[in-house]
This record gives sequence, C-alpha cells and structure tokens, in this order.
Amino acid sequence: MNKQIKELIVISGKGGTGKTTLVSSLAALAEDFVLADCDVDAPDLHLILDPENYQSEPFYTQVAVKDEEKCSGCGQCLDHCRFGAIDKDYSIDPLACEGCGVCEFVCPEGAIRMEEEVSGHSYLSKTRYGSMAHAELGPGGEASGQLVTRVKENARDLSAEENKELILVDGSPGIGCPVIASLSNADLALIVTEPTQSGIHDLERIAGVAQHFGVRPLVCINKSDLSELNAEEIENFASRKGIQMVGRIPYDREIVEAMVNGKSIVEYTRGETVDAIKGVWEKVRANLWNVED
Amino acid sequence: MKIAITAGKGGTGKTTVATNLALALSKTRKVQLLDCDVEEPDSHIFLDLNLQSQEPVYLSRPKVDQEACDSCGICSEKCQFNAIAVVAEETMVYPELCHGCGLCTLVCPQDAITESSHKIGKIEWGNEDNIKFFQGELTVGDPIAPPIIEALKEKIDPSEISILDSPPGTACPAVETLQGADFALLVTEPTPFGLHDLEMAVEVSRKMGIPHGVVINRYGIGNTDIKGYCEENAIPLLMTIPDNREIAELYADGVPFVLKKPEWIDRFTALVEEISSLVQENK
Repeated sequence: MNKQIKELIVISGKGGTGKTTLVSSLAALAEDFVLADCDVDAPDLHLILDPENYQSEPFYTQVAVKDEEKCSGCGQCLDHCRFGAIDKDYSIDPLACEGCGVCEFVCPEGAIRMEEEVSGHSYLSKTRYGSMAHAELGPGGEASGQLVTRVKENARDLSAEENKELILVDGSPGIGCPVIASLSNADLALIVTEPTQSGIHDLERIAGVAQHFGVRPLVCINKSDLSELNAEEIENFASRKGIQMVGRIPYDREIVEAMVNGKSIVEYTRGETVDAIKGVWEKVRANLWNVED
Repeated sequence: MKIAITAGKGGTGKTTVATNLALALSKTRKVQLLDCDVEEPDSHIFLDLNLQSQEPVYLSRPKVDQEACDSCGICSEKCQFNAIAVVAEETMVYPELCHGCGLCTLVCPQDAITESSHKIGKIEWGNEDNIKFFQGELTVGDPIAPPIIEALKEKIDPSEISILDSPPGTACPAVETLQGADFALLVTEPTPFGLHDLEMAVEVSRKMGIPHGVVINRYGIGNTDIKGYCEENAIPLLMTIPDNREIAELYADGVPFVLKKPEWIDRFTALVEEISSLVQENK
C-alpha cells in the first residue's frame, strides 16, 4: 500500500539565512524521504550532498528569432512586445525575451519565429541520504517557476516509485514565482529566519505568502544569538500570527567549517548547534505527522 | 553611471554594500539608491527617511467573456505559460502563471478575451540630504517582479550616479536589474556556496557585456579562495569587508556601519572612483 506522501518546504524570504544548511542537516536526521532542490537559479545543496546524477534532461524555453531578410521594419513587434525585448532597430534582445510569441503572431511578414533553446537542465540523482531531484537554470534563464514545477514533479515521481513518506524541499529566496511554484501542494513550510531587522521584515512577507497559498508555516531562528531583542521580536510576531516557533539555532562558525568540508553540521560535529537542529527536526516531524511532542 | 550590486547567492551583503556605499557618497555628492529587490526590499531599514511619494504598478490580466467564448482552446494552445485553459467548456485564467503578454487577446477568434489592469505592487520614493531613495514592493501572493523593477528604473535621473540593490539569484528579476547597468559589483562571501553562486553572477555579467568586479564580505570565514578565483579569471577584486561581530550586530539593528566606522567613508568613495575608471576603460 502506498503511504501518504508529505511535502516539507524550507523557505526564508531573505536570502542567506541558512535554508540549505538546515536542509542538509534535516537530510542527515530524517528517514524515508527524497530531496528536491527548488532553488534552481542558485542551487547549492549539491555542494553538500555531492549527488551522482543518473538522469539529466534539458529544459527548453522559447525565444524569438528574426529573419532579417524578411523584416520590412514595420514595427508591429516593437509596438506589441511588453517585455522590452525588441530594440528600436527591431533587433531582438534574447535575455529580455520571455518567449511569449506575441511578436511572431503580429509580424505581417512572417519574419519572426519562436525557437526552442535549452535554458537549463533537470537532474535525478543519488546522494548518501537517498534520491534527489534538482535542476540548474542557465545564467539569465527564463521561466524558473516552470523548472521548479518540473523538479517537484520529479521528486513526487521518485517518492512514489521508492514508496517514501516525505519530500524534503530546499526553496529559493524571495516571494515571487519560483517560491510560489515550490509552495504548490506543500503540507508544511519551515521558514528559516535570522534575528536582524531585515530578517524580521522579510519573515512577515514570506509568512504572508505561505498563508496566502494555504500552506501552514513554522518558524525557526538561525544565528539566534546575534540579537536577543530581535529574536524576541520574531517570537512575538509569530505568537501574534498564531505561527508555531520550532526552535533557535545559535550562530556557529563550525557550520561554515562543515560546509567547506562538504558536510552538514550534523555529520561534522556534536554540541549545542547540532542539538538545536535535532530539536527543530523533532518539532517539524511532530507537525508533519500530527504526533505528540 | 549606474552601478548594480548583485551576487547570485542571497544574504552575502548586497544591501549592506548598497546602503553604505550610498551613504558614503552622499557626504560629497548627490546619489540615487534604488532597492530593486522588490520581493524582499530591505534597504529602507538602513535609511532614516520618509517615503513621501508612491505610484501603483499594474500588470494586464486577461478576462474571458464566457458568453462570447466558444471554448475552442486556441488561447490555451498558444499560451506559453499555461496560464489559460479550457476546463469543462469554460475558459479559466490562472493569474499566478500569467505574464501579461496579451497573446490570448490577440489570438482569440471570437474576440472573447479582453484585459484588465491588476495591481501587482507599488514603487515609493523620498529624499534625505543628498540621497534620493526609490524602492519597489511586490504584493504578497503576486508572482511577477520584473515590471516593478522596470517601473523603478524609469525614475533614474541619468545625470547623477545611481546604485541599484539587486535581488538574489541570476534569473529574470536579477537580469532586469542588471539591464543597462554600467557596472556590476558582485558581493560574495568566502564559502563554497558564495563561490558557486559568484561564478553564476560572473557568467550573467559576461553574457550581458557588463564590466564587473568583486567585493568579498565576511572576509575571514570559510577558506574558499575567492582571491585566487578572481586572479585566474582576471576579475578585479575591489574591496574586502572583514568578518566582524560589530558589523554583524550593526546590520542586525538596521544601522549602516559607515555611521559608526567613519574610516569606511573614504574606502567606499575610493571604490566608486575605481569603478568609474574601470567603466571608462571599458568604453
């Protein structure tokens, strides 16, 4: 019988709060799961998990290409493009082009056609903790949301094939399309924040996004001893919004040392930080499967 | 001159560099600071000023007249973003996927699709002494950031220097910020994650033909050889900011460190002079 698969996504709003560091540690603690790295335009989880890719699939997007011979210079393309991808001389800027196809449709000379280009790759891999779906968007690539959706579909297929009970997702910073794509169908969002004024501001927005899309957020504070005042402000915010706090992880230089050695901190050392991360995982686990603490 | 502060990786110190740089320059000249991280705009936390003015930013969104629609499905077939589909004889729009390109309205043979404007966010601005500050903010739940960045950039007065604080990553919002910049200042940290994402930011800058240089923040943590990487790739290393508890605590409290460490004012001023000569060389 197939188990009911749960999806946990780790997000932060603000970049650099420690999402990937935490996901790599959770991977060392959790059991019966597959991984998905949905930060497709700056993926870093592979630097810790050292995956062995066994399948690579190109990710295609459309880009407008013009036949100069056929172009009469009528300017219809320039008038209709909403992405600033047609220059005044009617040349096409491929980096600004979103591949929508409006210019191809409006060109009376048939001088523009849409071509597929490889703008990234998605991968299926084996890691020391199990299977992983991930991807890399080429620099300046379009449609990161669609690539995120593919990574999540791959992860769901993997978890079904291997009869796993959990998909552990590393999200991307921000609150825009890749984050919204990665929230789709998630059961729980673990928000990693830091006790800085920026961290607090960004937490309020990302928590709003998770709730907007009906995904229940939990919050943990990383580098928690940087400012007690700000840490308390975060806890007060969470309590006002009815969001459960799942722990504080202290600032620890060993986290960087572990990263330099290609390890999660849980594999690398023992002590206060590792205990704190274990505490976070216990609370998250209890929330995922509604078990008592 | 437009200087974009970018990184690839999040949390390396883009906002720290952008705000301190703007404040240092404002001691002697006028400067524009634009917070282009419209998903999570944080620069305002470090500036003591009122945002007196604001403008909404709209995106077009299709509206289907179900009476006129005969469910032919051409809109759905043509849409590159899977944002419109015929479900049980009814044509549905999925706003979270729509890019507002307008193709569906053009291709509909029944002229059943019109567009309405949907507010996706706002831009705001204000002045304080020599700083003119602009920021954009994407509405929570809306996915598409680039039109807000575009609206922000339209406010730039090209006769004065402008500093653009970029969002993380190397996808559309970062590219939109970099578009038209004279220089990309890449802020990184000496960790494996920092280097990996720096390489991606370098690749984007090269692809866009924008001259670039590197600032290493939290210099002293990790052991990743960013200096060596810069030398090998002939990328100028323009500044290092030490890993320092005091700087981190000032950041935590929303205080730009040039206010407490005035020796950095000259360093940031010299940094802009160096950038300026690199931009000249490139022309």
